[in-house]
Amino acid sequence: MSDQNKQSFLNQFGADYQYGFSDPDIASFRAEKGLTRDIVRQISAFKEEPEWMLNLRLKAYEHYIKRPMPGWGPDISDLDLNNIYYYVRPPEINQRSWDDVPDTIKNTFDKLGIPEAEQKFLAGVGAQYDSEMVYHSIQENLEKQGVIFLSIENGLKEYPDLFREHFGKVVPIQDNKFSALNTAVWSGGSFVYVPKGVKVDLPLQAYFRLNNPNLGQFERTLIIADEGSQVHYVEGCTAPTYTEDSFHSGVIEIIVKKNARVRYSTIQNWSTNVYNLVTQRAAVYENGTMEWVDANLGSKVTMKYPSCYLYGEGAHGEMLSVAFAGPEQIQDAGSKMIHFASNTSSKITSKSISRGNGRSSYRGLVRVASGLEKINSNVVCDALLLDPESASDTYPTIDIRSDDVNIGHEASVSRIGEEQLFYLNSRGLTDEEATTMIVSGFIEPLVKELPMEYAIEMNRLIQLQMIGSVG
Amino acid sequence: MTKIEIKDLHVNVGDKEILKGFNLTVNGGEVHALMGPNGTGKSTLAYALMGHPRYNIVKGDILLDGESILDMSVDERSRNGMFLAFQYPVAIPGVTLANFLRVALNAKAKAHNPDDKGISLVNFRRLLRSKMDMLKMDYAFGARYLNDGFSGGEKKRAEVLQMAMLEPRIAILDETDSGLDIDALRIVADGVHALKSSELGVILITHYQRMLEYMNPDFVHIMYAGSIVESGGAELALKLEAQGYDWIREKYPDTRNSGQA
Repeated sequence: MSDQNKQSFLNQFGADYQYGFSDPDIASFRAEKGLTRDIVRQISAFKEEPEWMLNLRLKAYEHYIKRPMPGWGPDISDLDLNNIYYYVRPPEINQRSWDDVPDTIKNTFDKLGIPEAEQKFLAGVGAQYDSEMVYHSIQENLEKQGVIFLSIENGLKEYPDLFREHFGKVVPIQDNKFSALNTAVWSGGSFVYVPKGVKVDLPLQAYFRLNNPNLGQFERTLIIADEGSQVHYVEGCTAPTYTEDSFHSGVIEIIVKKNARVRYSTIQNWSTNVYNLVTQRAAVYENGTMEWVDANLGSKVTMKYPSCYLYGEGAHGEMLSVAFAGPEQIQDAGSKMIHFASNTSSKITSKSISRGNGRSSYRGLVRVASGLEKINSNVVCDALLLDPESASDTYPTIDIRSDDVNIGHEASVSRIGEEQLFYLNSRGLTDEEATTMIVSGFIEPLVKELPMEYAIEMNRLIQLQMIGSVG
Repeated sequence: MTKIEIKDLHVNVGDKEILKGFNLTVNGGEVHALMGPNGTGKSTLAYALMGHPRYNIVKGDILLDGESILDMSVDERSRNGMFLAFQYPVAIPGVTLANFLRVALNAKAKAHNPDDKGISLVNFRRLLRSKMDMLKMDYAFGARYLNDGFSGGEKKRAEVLQMAMLEPRIAILDETDSGLDIDALRIVADGVHALKSSELGVILITHYQRMLEYMNPDFVHIMYAGSIVESGGAELALKLEAQGYDWIREKYPDTRNSGQA
């Protein structure tokens, strides 16, 4: 990659926060604020959906209305669900070519470096603007091998049977209030199918952009990795900085079939007025491997616990996460590993950094069903506090109903040590340089798992988060 | 020419006075060995010179080329040519030795010239390898996390490597020889020896004669209970080797047991 390309790529995930700009409103349709049954019908009608989907949405809506807000976790009582636009439709577009994307939107994605990144090192790109995908494209050779990478709407249209077989099965309506909400109003997201034995070498990337204020974005992604296949899906997100809150509540469902391998990486860099309440789950079958790589840097409040349901023998689930809670931010993140079969293993590595009055929590669950053998699970959570105002909590839950289980849990909380600072100072590094170096080292186990372009970006974002961190 | 003057230095750690009027002048090109029993304040001197925040200078001054450095932060002292090779270097997990050294070099270059763009990767690698050759270090060492899981000998060698890269004007080596086997000691001592120049003054804190054989110090000082009590040449170190410190304790009884590490 040339320096210039690299720079434009680097621009895409946002910075200090240089992606707080917004475009004029060019929406072609905007549902009224708040959520009603009619709005659910409207969304479904816009998408020309089959009856079963409308019915599923309405059922989900009923559940959402009845279900109370979660009685645990961070305080989200300031999130006014009646003051949100649940559906804002950008102008009609065909998604196949950047040339057809309206200039206003295309300029935004140009500034974020998406088209260049697509040419350089991605197998496919999807881009969502407010409520709809405006672009979705995959390399021709992958398409020829039968790889499907479409907007979720086009997935439903073009592959109705495959879609219906899997949609809502990994994350059912009753799972939680926000997954019910998502099922009622979902719009945008990707539909991915990788056929048996096909390995997609380069990442598929989806990029999410919120433009309008008080907007709710409810993307829904369904990834099906057939037997022996392999795919890496990456999502990135930014939003303008508004004084009013926005809301992002996605649902990601992943099916990892026998011997398949899926990695799902997130670099979440929403502006700090966004509530980010996300449900991500993978069903993993015989000898399959699911890896979540999760970086939460932005948002006002994030609640996110990507999980692996290990259904087949030999299945392996892994979570590698880093959360950075700066001033006024709450990162409540973790993972769930549920063992339903013998010979399954899971690993959770969670790292959090807090500064200012930022608060980061690890909230995790390891559950082993009864009557299983040879289960391995290992959880390591490390928290780094940069100053006395910041805080960190750990809520590990372990629920074991079998005997033949080998389980490890380690947790540590550290402050940047005086001796570490002194050592680095004594080599000429200022406090800020030294602190940044210690933080970079702290997250290195995660960064080295990312493709190089993302690793560079992660380090840069961390450096930007650190500016002004030392008084 | 480089010159550091330590004048009547009194240093407290907490409420306890550790250094009690320490005096020493070191010029560029000189090697001063500082010996003495445990708990007499040798490491305190090292930390105080480097500016550790918990080592409180209550009286006296430290002049580098005639200017007091007491108001300088630790990193400023470093960028002005002070260097401490730690007795117990701390680990910085996740940061490679090579990356760390590059950042440190660039920090120094930038302090001297704000427009400095930093050393290129190619030049940096060349420089690092030449210094590693000098210390007979495997190049793969540069990719390891700084002091993380290093053996005692590896840590000491890494300290001397840092010294070689940063080219200080005043280097304090705090028991860089302890924990080394005879081969490692020779390599480290040869490395330090190779760095000797008229621009570099060295304060060598050690318990052992062995290091001195390689380093050939110009002066040997015996420190006891917070100050220097005897100064001389190589013969003083030999006397210590033969007789231990008992004669010092007998000769300076009033200060007995009043020091602490």
